[in-house]
Amino acid sequence: MELFLHQVLAGLATGGIYACLALAVVMIYQAIDNFNFAQGEMAMFSTFIAWQLLQWGMPFWAAALAAGVVAFAGGVAIERIVFKPIRTASPLSHVVAFIALFAILNSTAGFIWDFNVKTFPSPFGSRPLLGSGLISTHDAGMIVVTVALLAFLYGFFRYTRIGLAMRAAAAHPASAQLVGIRVGWMMALGWGMAAAIGAVAGMMIAPVVFLEPNMMLGILLYGFAGAVVGGLSSPGGAVAGGFAVGVIENLAGTFVPFVGRELKLTIALVLIVGVLMIRPSGLFGRTVVSRV
Amino acid sequence: MHLGLPPWAVGGAVAVALVLPLLFKNFLVFQLTLVMIYSIAILGLNLLTGFNGQFSLGHSAFYAIGAYTAAILMDRFDLAYYWTLPVAGMACFVFGFLFGLPALRLEGVYLALATFALAVATPQILKSSPLEPFTGGVQGIVILKPDPPAGLPVNADQWLYYFTLAVLLLMFAGAVNLVRGRTGRAMLAIREHPTAARLMGINTALYKSLTFGVSALYTGIAGALGAIAVQFVAPDSFTFLLSVSLLVGLVIGGVGSIPGCIVGGLFVLFVPNLAEHVSKGLAGAIYGAILLLVIYLMPSGAAGFARLIWARVSSRALKPSVTEGRTP
Repeated sequence: MELFLHQVLAGLATGGIYACLALAVVMIYQAIDNFNFAQGEMAMFSTFIAWQLLQWGMPFWAAALAAGVVAFAGGVAIERIVFKPIRTASPLSHVVAFIALFAILNSTAGFIWDFNVKTFPSPFGSRPLLGSGLISTHDAGMIVVTVALLAFLYGFFRYTRIGLAMRAAAAHPASAQLVGIRVGWMMALGWGMAAAIGAVAGMMIAPVVFLEPNMMLGILLYGFAGAVVGGLSSPGGAVAGGFAVGVIENLAGTFVPFVGRELKLTIALVLIVGVLMIRPSGLFGRTVVSRV
Repeated sequence: MHLGLPPWAVGGAVAVALVLPLLFKNFLVFQLTLVMIYSIAILGLNLLTGFNGQFSLGHSAFYAIGAYTAAILMDRFDLAYYWTLPVAGMACFVFGFLFGLPALRLEGVYLALATFALAVATPQILKSSPLEPFTGGVQGIVILKPDPPAGLPVNADQWLYYFTLAVLLLMFAGAVNLVRGRTGRAMLAIREHPTAARLMGINTALYKSLTFGVSALYTGIAGALGAIAVQFVAPDSFTFLLSVSLLVGLVIGGVGSIPGCIVGGLFVLFVPNLAEHVSKGLAGAIYGAILLLVIYLMPSGAAGFARLIWARVSSRALKPSVTEGRTP
């Protein structure tokens, strides 16, 4: 029982990482109706920028804020420069564009900062929380940050005019344009916000997995899985999905006999596909019904 | 939607292909063999994603199954290399069909995630302990390159090239036949509008699963050929990155174009090497930049670009005769 609780809490801790990234994934999905495979690399690049600022002596929160702003600007720039010209191309061409972005960011980061592992400080410290051995202060801080981000996004989309405009632009671009919403800039804004969320996720994750150009791929996959399980139309669902994936992965690794470390990812993904069989739109997603 | 080239183009291409190995060094011949193998794998993906509209990120799994089937049959059971192809194809067809059945419930990004799960799971399953006696675990299996039949004046590399060429022509002809007939029309109908297709009496479930099976068969045979050519199979050769390469090849060649698969194969093999030549440190960035450039210039892939050029050329050729007969 003690072991079970411990694994659940450890799962929630890693799940916090996935939930953070799942939020960024859903954010982009809401804006462009497509998966951004380069999301992890954008987060990684922003985290490296933060690291560089810290190396140059900036205090932590200033560096984090600066990295977030740079990430936001970068996201907007990427949308305007890379994706606007191919807006009318097929979705598969978009996927290839994402892959290209992935390759560029990964390679450039490796070129500038090399592939050696670096440490990234945590603003919360890494002592055990409240003295117990169950969860560390950093993990708890990460969960708090994720939930705070979620609350902010919920408020943004529900109660602000820009949030409403973004939702309209994503749902019905033509109608939104007729009402006077600048759809192109809404998409750019969506990209910017997703990039900024990704930067926050990266800075939360880096203290745990150590900073290097290839740190995000595995986590991004779990983040996708969490977003899909939770439902792509629901940011809250994505966060829940991220936590669920973390817990499932840990429990499966500990309690299912022949899994061990080798097949952890496989088991998690198999379970996710199982969930999709039963509820194809994800646990909290809205089922879209279309008229024939 | 490009179903095939005019006969003179096909004949010309085959003639050139027959002559190439006699002109080039062994390593380039080996690379061209790999190009053909990737083309067959991309054709498999094209049948599923291009013609049937089912997005798959998991074709590295079918490639791996084909490769390992061939390797195990050749290494443990001493089967001749040419018999491994049909067996690998059949095994992959069954796997593909069985995977296609639950995949019927999933659309778009959800299918992408499920196939992605397949791609990521495959190397881990291949490495796992229960299967190690068969798969050789992390170290994989080493196989010997087949010798050319006695009496032919070609070396082993050239023989493999011709063998692969023969298989490629057979499979491409098969695909063209499939796509031109009733099955092809059913596949396209499902891609364009699944509900309408079902209303017209097409058994969408059957066709979608069958297409998955056939697609897996093509990629599996490519995998078997790949194992024979590279003489080595190991779990980490068949990661998700292979699936991504196949997808890139598909888009660059032209989704829904059968000849485009060859262009895709050429791109996937040579462009990463080219990028590394330009700059060792920034190889990935150069590759990404080239990808973006190609997508801007040719949004519908090489096949779409060729169609555009052909349309311009043939309309210009028509113009004089159109205006000549008019009275002023």
